Formats: sequence, structure tokens, C-alpha cells
Amino acid sequence: MTAGTGTGTGTGSGTGTPTRGAPPARAPRPRSALRRRRVTATAAIALVALVVGLVALGLGDYPLSPIEVLRALGGTQGPASTIVLGWRLPRVLAALVFGAALGASGAVFQSLTRNPLGSPDVIGFSTGAYTGAIVVIVSGATSTVGTAAGALVGGLGTALVVYLLAWRGGVQGLRLIIVGIGVTAVLHSVNSWLLLRAQAEVALTASFWGAGTLALVSWSELVPAAALLALLGVAVAVLSRPLRQLELGDDAARSHGLRTEPARLALVVVGVALTAVVTASTGPIVFVALAAPQLARRLVRSAGVPLGAAALAGALLLLVADVVAQHVTTSPVPVGLVTLVIGGAYLVSLLVEESRRSS
Amino acid sequence: MTTPQPPATPGQPATPGQPGTPRLAARAAHLAYDRRTVSRSIDASVRDGSFTVIVGPNACGKSTLLRAFARLLKPRSGSVLLDGRELAGVPAKEAARTVGLLPQSSTAPEGITVGELVARGRYPHQGLFRQWSEADREAVDGALAETDLVDLVDVPVDELSGGQRQRVWVATALAQQTSVLLLDEPTTFLDIAHQYDLLDLFAGLHERGTTVVAVLHDLAQAARYATDLIVMRDGEVVATGAPADVLTAELVERVFDLPCVVVPDPVTGTPLVVPRRRRPSA
Repeated sequence: MTAGTGTGTGTGSGTGTPTRGAPPARAPRPRSALRRRRVTATAAIALVALVVGLVALGLGDYPLSPIEVLRALGGTQGPASTIVLGWRLPRVLAALVFGAALGASGAVFQSLTRNPLGSPDVIGFSTGAYTGAIVVIVSGATSTVGTAAGALVGGLGTALVVYLLAWRGGVQGLRLIIVGIGVTAVLHSVNSWLLLRAQAEVALTASFWGAGTLALVSWSELVPAAALLALLGVAVAVLSRPLRQLELGDDAARSHGLRTEPARLALVVVGVALTAVVTASTGPIVFVALAAPQLARRLVRSAGVPLGAAALAGALLLLVADVVAQHVTTSPVPVGLVTLVIGGAYLVSLLVEESRRSS
Repeated sequence: MTTPQPPATPGQPATPGQPGTPRLAARAAHLAYDRRTVSRSIDASVRDGSFTVIVGPNACGKSTLLRAFARLLKPRSGSVLLDGRELAGVPAKEAARTVGLLPQSSTAPEGITVGELVARGRYPHQGLFRQWSEADREAVDGALAETDLVDLVDVPVDELSGGQRQRVWVATALAQQTSVLLLDEPTTFLDIAHQYDLLDLFAGLHERGTTVVAVLHDLAQAARYATDLIVMRDGEVVATGAPADVLTAELVERVFDLPCVVVPDPVTGTPLVVPRRRRPSA
């Protein structure tokens, strides 16, 4: 195989880099093989999520077989129908939808910052949302709408602060992450201070919300949140091309006709909104946004962080975490605790890898 | 490479076909970064169909001028014109269908294949509802053939050598199908054989009608390939014209502080700068 004049003249000169050229054994693969692999891997993640979802619908104090679950979903009346449709389905759907939103949000930020650490929970948006919620709860409002609004404002406000502090004629990935980690630390102490000053009961409510749980999600909360997330999903799809351009570096992206700063700002806003809507509904569920995109990237072997596959991986991760939270321990724990434990281990390994790479 | 269709904008002041209008021009342009002024008032232009090479010592502002032409840097005052129109007023995608750039530094996302990266050069030809088309496929295939990368189309860019990788970025710019191509130090970091491979590729594009503008360090290469030279020093244009007229020993000594003789290149007859031995104290 002649791999072009470049390889031809370079091989004999002895000045080659270790990764020079394509070895002759590597026959040109048809383009479709690569694409098929990616489609297959993405579909596999979706399928596994679906199967785990069916199993999860059958788990609980009143166990149901997958057949019974399917029958209930198909519209057969009976006690199984009430259990599946009324109680368990909203929670399973919430895990899938919210997980997908977190995965997509993480993919947007990791791609923007070109760093696997660049995730909305690491750079403070979840913590900021929690701060917003605590402020609302402490000030005496008890409605979920109030809490959700507080979380939204807190998350978006934190994003704005981080973005402005990191701005220096444009925003660069690593600076965004470092500023975000700093802001997160400040917000953590603000949160502790607010909880310490609050009355015991109020603090308990806030802490419960702050652990991140899907236990409180019912149809009435799920439907509006899911509708909002669907809209944001469309926005992410529209912005995926600009995002792919930004991956090439600003000079290349701009020479391709992309207005980079408006595109980046739009992506930040959509990414924050995805996380904020989820956080407003469930409390901060950390590490799904951090881990899902990298999991998807490794499975799909895509160029950069795959948005769709990251969303599917997020759905699967949060669903599995919620099943663990409900059924593996003797008494149910908030899913946020489970993702914290799994994700904490992952974050440590990521930091170790990162520090090895940079040293 | 197909020649570009003239834009269908009515009332456009000048078209590339009109003789005398430069493709790109800086008019009393003040070029500066945040706090650092590079050129206080620079005038320079690129003839249609030329192979223009900008040369000058380090930090003379040659890359800055190219960045202004590439729309990466907006002049503080004065203007930068594309085909007689104020470049800043041309919609970004439209400008990107006319002027392509090989940036000095760019990043390839991990795991991206040659074909995928080159396809991203089609961005200015695509819209929200006009996504991947037959024209895109043809442009990408043409760019891959031009750069001799057809066999590597499915190889991840990370696995390529430096010379191959640079050709992939060239192909990405070619897929953009622009009639003007800007090259920011395209041969840096390449060994000499790869440098001339690439320059020959650009010369071929130029012969087929593309207006090429390059920033180069090597004066012999500049003299060989350029039809027009722009010589810069301290943010100002010192001389312009054909290499044979411009590149004299006197000019090189004045611009680069390098005592030298200029002899005809034994292969091409173009000016070849040969440094004199310098005093040890210099």
C-alpha cells in the first residue's frame, strides 16, 4: 500500500516519529465498518438501558416478572398495572430522562473544555443549584416549585459567575475548570453555613433534598421537566455541529465560518440548563455527567465525546444507580449517595491519570 | 478544484473577475492584540491569482497580517477588504466559502479519522436543514485525492506522522472549496522533503486558479514559489513585488540584519540568499 508521498519519503530518512505512517498490514477499512461499529455500540447501550428498565419495573416489595411488566405496560388492568404505571414507571422514566440529560450536559462541557474533568458537577453548577434550593427552603417556602426555581436560579447564577471569572477575551477549558472548582469550594462552605443556621427541621428537609433522590418524583413532576429537557435536547442537537467545529480549535472553527464565542455561550447555557432542570427536580445527583461521556466514548470509539451515546450512557448509569439505591442495600438510600460512591472512585482514578499525563 | 461561482449578491461593488481589485487588502489597518499593537497602519494587498508570500523577521507582524486576512483579527481602525468589501461585514459562513485557512495550530479530537476531520471543512457549506450532501462527499473525496490521503481515510489522525497530519489539515481547508487559501507557516516542524511536498501541492493549487497567501520563514522557498512577495519589518510593509525584483542583498541586510549575497538558485534561477560569515561578536 502506498500511503502517500509523505510516508514514502519519510520512512527511509530515519527522522520519523514513533507513530509514523500506517503499517502495511492495515488495509483501508471500508467507511461503513467504522460507522457500523459506532451505531452498534450506541444501540447496545440503549438496549441494555431498556432491559434494565424492564427489570427495574418488576423489582420491589411486590415482585413482577418481565412478562407481567410488559402486560401491564400493554394496558392490561389489575394490581400490576397500578404498581407499574402508577408507582414504578415514573421513577424508572425519571432515571432514564434525567440520566440522559446529565450525560448530554457532561458531554457538552467535556467537549467544550477538552477535558474529561470538565463536567457541570465538578465546575460547580450542581452545588450552586443546591445553594439556590437551600436559600428557598430556609426562607420558609415549602413548595417543590419554589425549590426547583431556587435550584434553577442557583445553577444558572453559578454558571454565570464561573463563566465571567474565567473570561479573558474568550473562555478556555482549563481555566473554566479551575475557576469552577474554586467556586464549588466556596459554595460548599456557604451551603454548610446556611444549614447550620437553619432550624433543625428545615435543615433536615434541605439535606434530604441535597442528597439527590428520585424517590419524590411522580408523574406531575416528571412531565413538565421531561418536556423542558426534550426542548433542550433539540437545542443540543442543533448545536452539535458548532460543538464539533469548536473541537478543532478556535482558529480552525472560525476559518470555517463559525462565530465561536456566541456558539460557546449558547452551548454553556444549554449545558447548564440541562443540569439545572434535573437538579431542580431531584437535588444534586453528581458524577453521572462526569462518568457517562467517558464511558460512552470508550464504548463507541467515536471522534471526541459522542453526544447521543453519552446521553444513553447517562440514562443507563442513573438507572443502575437507582436500582442499587433501592434494592441492594437493606433500606433504600438516595441515589445521589450511590452515584457519589461510584463516581468518587472514578474521579480519583481520573485525577491520577490526569496528573500522570501532565507530569 | 473547481473555480468558485461568483456570489449572486446584487450590487456587490467588485467581483474577483474585475481586473485590478485585489482579493484581499489591508487599508491603513491598525492591527493589535489586547495590549500589544503590531501594525499601526498597514497597507498590503493580494492580487487575484497570485501566490503571495509574506516574509520578515520573527515578530514582524506577518502572521498578524494573515490573521487579519483570515478574519481572526479585526482591525482597530482602517479596513480589511475581501474583493473590495469590508471583511468584517461579510457574513462568517460566506467569508468562509471564499477564504480558507491552514491555521498554525489546531487540535484534532481524540480518535477522529482522516475522513471525518476533512469532512468538517464542509461546515460553511452546510446549514441547519442542509446537512450532508452529494456535493460535500465530492468535495471531501477531491480534497483527499489532492493530498494523497485516499488510502488513509479511515485511519485515526492520532496515528499519522507529522507530515501526514499536516496534509490532513490541508485537505480540510481544501474541502472548504475556497478560491483564496491562507497558509500560516505551513511547513514548520516538517522535514525538508515534506516541506517541498507540501509547497508543490500549493503550487499545483495555484496553477489551477487558487489565490494562495502564505507566511514562510525560508527565503529560498519564498523566492521559488511566490509570484508576489510582501516583505515586512516592525509591523510595516518594507517592499512588495516579484521575488526577483525585491529580494536583493541590500534589502535582506536591511530587514533581517543579515549580511549576505544573493545568487541565482541553481535549479530555478530565482534569488537565493546566502549569508556571509558573520563576525564572532555579532
